[in-house]
Amino acid sequence: MTAPQPNSFRTGPDERGHFGIYGGRFVAETLMPLILDLERAYAAAKADPKFQQEMDGHLTNYVGRPSPLYYAERLTQHCGGAKIYFKREELNHTGAHKVNNVLGQIMLALRMGKTRIIAETGAGMHGVATATLCAKFGLPCIVYMGAVDVERQKPNVLRMKMLGAEVRAVESGSKTLKDAMNEALRDWVTNVSDTFYCIGTVAGPHPYPAMVRDFQCVIGRETREQMQKAEGRLPDSLIACIGGGSNAMGLFHPFLDDRAIEIYGVEAAGHGLPSGQHAASIAGGKPGVLHGNRTYLLMNGDGQIEEAHSISAGLDYPGIGPEHAWLNDMGRVKFLSATDDEAVAAFQLCSKLEGIIPALEPAHALARVFDLAPQKPKDHLMVVNLSGRGDKDLDSVAAFLESKRR
Amino acid sequence: MTTRIDRRFAALKQEGRAALVTFTMAGDPDYDTSLAIANALPKAGADVIELGMPFTDPMADGPAIQAAGVRALKGGQRMTKTLALVREFRKSDDATPIVLMGYYNPIYIYGVDRFLVDAKAAGVDGLIVVDLPPEEDEELCLPTLKAGLNFIRLATPTTDDKRLPAVLSNTSGFVYYVSITGITGAAAPDAGKVSAAVARIKRHTKLPVAVGFGVRTAEQARAIAENADGVVVGSALVDALRASLDKDGKAGPGAVKAVTSLVSALADGVRSGRRVAAE
Repeated sequence: MTAPQPNSFRTGPDERGHFGIYGGRFVAETLMPLILDLERAYAAAKADPKFQQEMDGHLTNYVGRPSPLYYAERLTQHCGGAKIYFKREELNHTGAHKVNNVLGQIMLALRMGKTRIIAETGAGMHGVATATLCAKFGLPCIVYMGAVDVERQKPNVLRMKMLGAEVRAVESGSKTLKDAMNEALRDWVTNVSDTFYCIGTVAGPHPYPAMVRDFQCVIGRETREQMQKAEGRLPDSLIACIGGGSNAMGLFHPFLDDRAIEIYGVEAAGHGLPSGQHAASIAGGKPGVLHGNRTYLLMNGDGQIEEAHSISAGLDYPGIGPEHAWLNDMGRVKFLSATDDEAVAAFQLCSKLEGIIPALEPAHALARVFDLAPQKPKDHLMVVNLSGRGDKDLDSVAAFLESKRR
Repeated sequence: MTTRIDRRFAALKQEGRAALVTFTMAGDPDYDTSLAIANALPKAGADVIELGMPFTDPMADGPAIQAAGVRALKGGQRMTKTLALVREFRKSDDATPIVLMGYYNPIYIYGVDRFLVDAKAAGVDGLIVVDLPPEEDEELCLPTLKAGLNFIRLATPTTDDKRLPAVLSNTSGFVYYVSITGITGAAAPDAGKVSAAVARIKRHTKLPVAVGFGVRTAEQARAIAENADGVVVGSALVDALRASLDKDGKAGPGAVKAVTSLVSALADGVRSGRRVAAE
């Protein structure tokens, strides 16, 4: 926390994919040439104005961007402090921010001549976004999903199948997101010539954390412009939920060098941090190496990865993107957490106050908004990333409330 | 500096035959059984012993070795016990090379410096760490070489001629050629392609080249041993052990034999693969 702050927080990673000690390329040799290829192809696409132009076209006409920046008036009154805005990523096509990144990666896959797309998914939103864009661009799509998540996110499984994707339920390990990622990596190592691995968050080996961040930064760039237009100035604070952390990074990154802006990431505290049953890698983990990068991980004293727990399948991952790990150590982003109970309460309150049913993931961020906003003055502008919609979670929330009543 | 690995491959070259390299998981399904297996391997025909360090998330391994890791962890295996196992083995065998194979995180958490000191003291000769490509050499590879242990790198079908020098540069002991693009225990390698790949690697290095991933039978071992300096067999041994376990996954009296009889057959295969004294 006491390390000297860099001149800019926005220049990382270095050429080897490091954000401080985090990040890197911890993959099997079989994959190394592939991620070097990907790095070169992405650098070329990034420098090609035609690539950006085409992407902007799809973002406007297919995804439905820009997403609104909405003043949540009744929530603001309820909290009695900061003026609360929602960045409405749940209004994107497919119902979450995930599509921003997938669009970029699928366009890159096409540019690289890849003919088969694989993805991992937790809550199913990244799987749905990948299945959607594969349908649009006519590519075969295989989505790996932990068997536990297949069960608790049934509507998304149906959506992926309807879109023509093959959903492979993963029975190994804890049968959740980390195991889906293991299985996707095993697929990639087997199908090296034709397959593009579309990672859903700002994690994995370099260049994924930086590339996914870049594709998601449209969230923060729009927010800057929209807030200027609405209030004539930048916001005072930003808050977003964090599993791997792609929605948060997309909102935060364009603001990192505006040092007066407070930035909060909210991890999933599951049954509570003291219970050990949570998914808060920063609060309850330590630096280690998994899935191609060094970052904060939940593990035991022998370096064995522990199972995460959260009511939200999208946050149920024992790690976090390496850039978040670095921003934590630099003290630039403050990491908080919210329990299952708090998230479900926020889910209900937001639905009733604003007529917006949020996904359980951003409900974690909302839970902390309920304590932070009342402490702020009325002219404090707070932006919450409403990263997804909650239709997929209705069964889980109903079952959770039912179990509490008993 | 020479290690047991260097000496063993040099001796086999004199004999004009390839090495049989066996992989079994430390602690599978319990510490005592895996130690008994390790102790029995040299007599059964193993020339180099690879011991797996179990990890919860073995992203390059197929179902057989994944399951072996789960059994070992369930049986209480830890890094300290894996090192203890090597120490025990060394009490009766000071010649057979031991290579620890696994993933980086358990070593990183143990502490790289402390790990290298303890591994060397226990009698470990080399390391294979799947998720450390040359791009991450500063993490463990360079400290390992400095500590006087071998760091054995994987070369794969995707490692082209341009990349091969980088892969070989800090490799020592032997080069482990991964015969397929895939996970351990998956498809059977094509002997013709493997022999061409081995020849390609040998144009770049004087180190012995061992071939693994997907080798299951004595016949496959024989075919690969015609050209390679070593044949690695893992999933087949782990499967043989698993088949001998009772329904609760406990080892019975037949566990060691289940592994050693397959090792003997594989050793016969490897020994019939060649060849009068090499070059």
